[in-house]
Amino acid sequence: MVTRYLGAPITRNEDARLLTGRALFVDDVNLPNLLHAAFLRSPHAHARIKSIDVATAKQRDGVIAVITAADMGDYWRPGPLLVPPPPIRDIVFNQCTQVPLAKDKVRHVGEPVAMVLAESRYLAEDALADIVVDYEALPAIVDLADGLKPDAARIHEDLAGNTAAHVRQTKGNYAEAVKRADLVIKRRFVYDRGASSPIETRGIVAEWDGKADRLTIWDTTQAPVVIRNGIAAMLGLSERQVRVIAPFIGGGFGPKIMMFYPEEVLVPWMAIKLSRPIKWIEDRLEHFFATTQERGQVHDAELAIGRDGKIIGVKDVFLHDTGAYDPYGLTLPINSQCTLLNAYVVPHYDSTFTAVFTNKPIATPYRGAGRQHGVFVMERLLDIAARQLGIDRIEIRRRNFIGPDQFPYNNEIIYQDFAPLEYDSGNYGPVLDKALELIGYDKFVRDPTARRTDDGKHVGIGVVFYIEGTGIGPYEGARIQVQSSGRVSLATGVGTQGQGHFTSFAQITADQLGVDVRDVDVVTGDTDQFYWGAGTFASRGAVVAGNAVNEAAKVVRQKILRAAAEHFECAEADIVIANGKASVAGVSERAIGLGELAQRANPLRGAVKPGTEPGLEATNYFGPARGATANGAHAMIIEVDPATMMIEIKKYVVVHDCGTVINPLIVEGQIHGGVAQGIGNAFYEQLAWDRDGQLLNASLADYLLPTALDVPHIDSAHTVTPSPLNPMGIKGAGEAGAIPVGALFAQAIEDALDLPRHGVEILEIPLSPNRLWELIGPHLDKKEAGSP
Amino acid sequence: MSDERHRVATTVNGTRHQRDVDGRLLLSDFLRHVLGLTGTRVGCEHGVCGACTIQYDGLPVRSCLMLAVQADGHEIATVEGLAGKDGTLHPLQQALRDTHGLQCGFCTAGILMTMTAFLAEHPKPTEPDIREALSGNLCRCTGYQHIVEAVTLAASRMGGRR
Ligand code: FES
Ligand code: FES
Repeated sequence: MVTRYLGAPITRNEDARLLTGRALFVDDVNLPNLLHAAFLRSPHAHARIKSIDVATAKQRDGVIAVITAADMGDYWRPGPLLVPPPPIRDIVFNQCTQVPLAKDKVRHVGEPVAMVLAESRYLAEDALADIVVDYEALPAIVDLADGLKPDAARIHEDLAGNTAAHVRQTKGNYAEAVKRADLVIKRRFVYDRGASSPIETRGIVAEWDGKADRLTIWDTTQAPVVIRNGIAAMLGLSERQVRVIAPFIGGGFGPKIMMFYPEEVLVPWMAIKLSRPIKWIEDRLEHFFATTQERGQVHDAELAIGRDGKIIGVKDVFLHDTGAYDPYGLTLPINSQCTLLNAYVVPHYDSTFTAVFTNKPIATPYRGAGRQHGVFVMERLLDIAARQLGIDRIEIRRRNFIGPDQFPYNNEIIYQDFAPLEYDSGNYGPVLDKALELIGYDKFVRDPTARRTDDGKHVGIGVVFYIEGTGIGPYEGARIQVQSSGRVSLATGVGTQGQGHFTSFAQITADQLGVDVRDVDVVTGDTDQFYWGAGTFASRGAVVAGNAVNEAAKVVRQKILRAAAEHFECAEADIVIANGKASVAGVSERAIGLGELAQRANPLRGAVKPGTEPGLEATNYFGPARGATANGAHAMIIEVDPATMMIEIKKYVVVHDCGTVINPLIVEGQIHGGVAQGIGNAFYEQLAWDRDGQLLNASLADYLLPTALDVPHIDSAHTVTPSPLNPMGIKGAGEAGAIPVGALFAQAIEDALDLPRHGVEILEIPLSPNRLWELIGPHLDKKEAGSP
Repeated sequence: MSDERHRVATTVNGTRHQRDVDGRLLLSDFLRHVLGLTGTRVGCEHGVCGACTIQYDGLPVRSCLMLAVQADGHEIATVEGLAGKDGTLHPLQQALRDTHGLQCGFCTAGILMTMTAFLAEHPKPTEPDIREALSGNLCRCTGYQHIVEAVTLAASRMGGRR
């Protein structure tokens, strides 16, 4: 097989449609007789619903129906638990999943209370103002520690308190080991994250075809197959009666895989009841409440370390904010717990977390999915240790790296996929070296003039390391078929939200089948085209679906060889497949197009040999035993203006090892986008809740997404350590860019302002000019005033 | 609210349209849902993300901040009109493809309508100029770097042409 496309920076097959405005997104679906939905949402974070009066709303012209929980009968049910808790000893997990419409109580601002269906979106929104709800406000749980106090208001009254989960995982014996430590560092770290904020909000359109007895749903979901199965089960339909299409999706980043959002439960149900198609498109304000987000953790962490800079052990106790419900189980805190170990040999680990219900929207994975929190704690602990031990911060990381000959490396605790946390492969030293070289580390630290600009700005450098568990199971599949035109069609069940699957999967196929990459038509996210699949999450599209595509393409290749050998009456070994043709090696006039071969493989008359399958087609599945672990280093040089605490990133470097790269252009794009989101998390984006659980900045004017002026040019480089866990050696790349950015900002800003000398450490994210001023200002002043 | 309908007569990408609409209908909704030109995207409806940017008498504006009635008697250009009749992409469309300047593509129409107008005014832009001009359009996928490269590439391919 000649690899022309694998590893090459191929421009994307899907771009022409997107660039000319022809690509179909959910809100572009327009159907005759369409109704529009709008939702009345709770203005309170925590309140009892005493009564709901919808009479006036129902009378408004153009309103077709108004639905509350009371109208739902048996269809009203809490949602499914998406990820059950892993089998960890003595685990406590209290399952409280979201409900389609609030019944007796609302548990966060924005929780839906009623649905209006009307002839236009404008009319539906008008009618929301006609609904009168009598609420009795209850104290809101906003702070994690407050939520655990014995007298705290209970969010779920059938539980004894607000504990959603309690999990302890250990490795070795930290309590004994800490006695041998030369130094023990204890700190409290606070790491908050925000809203994924794809530029396309969520939306859904559902249409019931009463003649065909079929329901069609267009949904902004990352997991169309799972949505189909769930909705069919909820509505008592066969899975064959439901088609879910995730067309072009305007960014996902995790929250578009939550299931089932109330709107996904309600819109299809009412479309059947009313026999009219219904559309709901989330607005940006709703997005801040109605779509899941990530949020804070508070870690009390302790590092035991020897004078030689070698980690003896880590103890960590942390609180995790799961929001009002916990449908996603423990994925986020377990990711934090596992990823905290990062790239280092940690012989003893004792980690306990408590997940807490709060009166805030539900927390579910968003790009990085809790890994940021863990990496931040470990990287900060090492920075502090390095300083106290007088060891260079790069050197301390090197001394603790898992060595290239130590893989597979078993961390002896359980990961989010229920498998042991075992790193498959890696070679961390060269990754770090490359980052140091690209950022110019030696030159910077040796050059005394590098630390100040002529206009008085302070300059600092940061270098951090991270790992990322990617590409977990269970499985994905793909079907590949050579059409009689000679074009190749490929279908898979994963959804795609901009990751370039239309191109990377085509590259894999084109190489195996010797066709042009532009001649491979990829369909993703349509359950009528491919029946099975789990969805796009955990940086798994390229790894799991990519390998399934490769396996299916190999089988089709075999079929082509066999059919061509029969046709030319020669040995399969003599057949060459290239340029869309199969030919006899060395006899170029003995060639047949793949399209013609496909037609011959599907004879319409005559007899075939027993066992013959028609066509040049294959369906294959791939499921890895466990996830592949990618790794990388980020480095930056940052300027801080001491008068305003405004920053400017002068140079940013990413060196990344995600195993075999299918398309470096696409991987680079993923890295850039991840870093941009990481920068948002580190310095611009913060969901600001007040004591009553009200979000104070629910607009893009107040919740700041980084712009082209905030995200710097990023230099990236790759090293390749193939994963042994899949035949192609791929590791995921989707989330890596976002993971270590908070840790990097903290280190680089400390370095720029020489904070340790002022007795200041940065132990929290997000930062902002204001927050930096609060942390640092008083100390700078004191020093200038000459007091101790 | 009065039920009065208002006549809107406008030219979109060179084609005349005449419709009677509600006074409160947003221009973005008019283009997308009345005329069916869904290439213009809506990301925030409060004037921040730039996804809904169109050209109004040649100038980039946010269609979510305008009413359909304001289009009466004016010329509108949307992403659907950028490529040539034969399908040849505009140099900026081509450059975005060549540099991988789009991922999900949801911000792309707004970026095209903002930056083609910018290129017409600034045929030889510097990178800081490009970033400044781009800073009113949010992209959550690309980190902007490839978009900046695309604008630079398009400018050089257009060779100072407007
Ligand atoms: S939709 Fe108009 S600026 Fe965001
Ligand atoms: S490409 Fe997705 S928002 Fe820009």
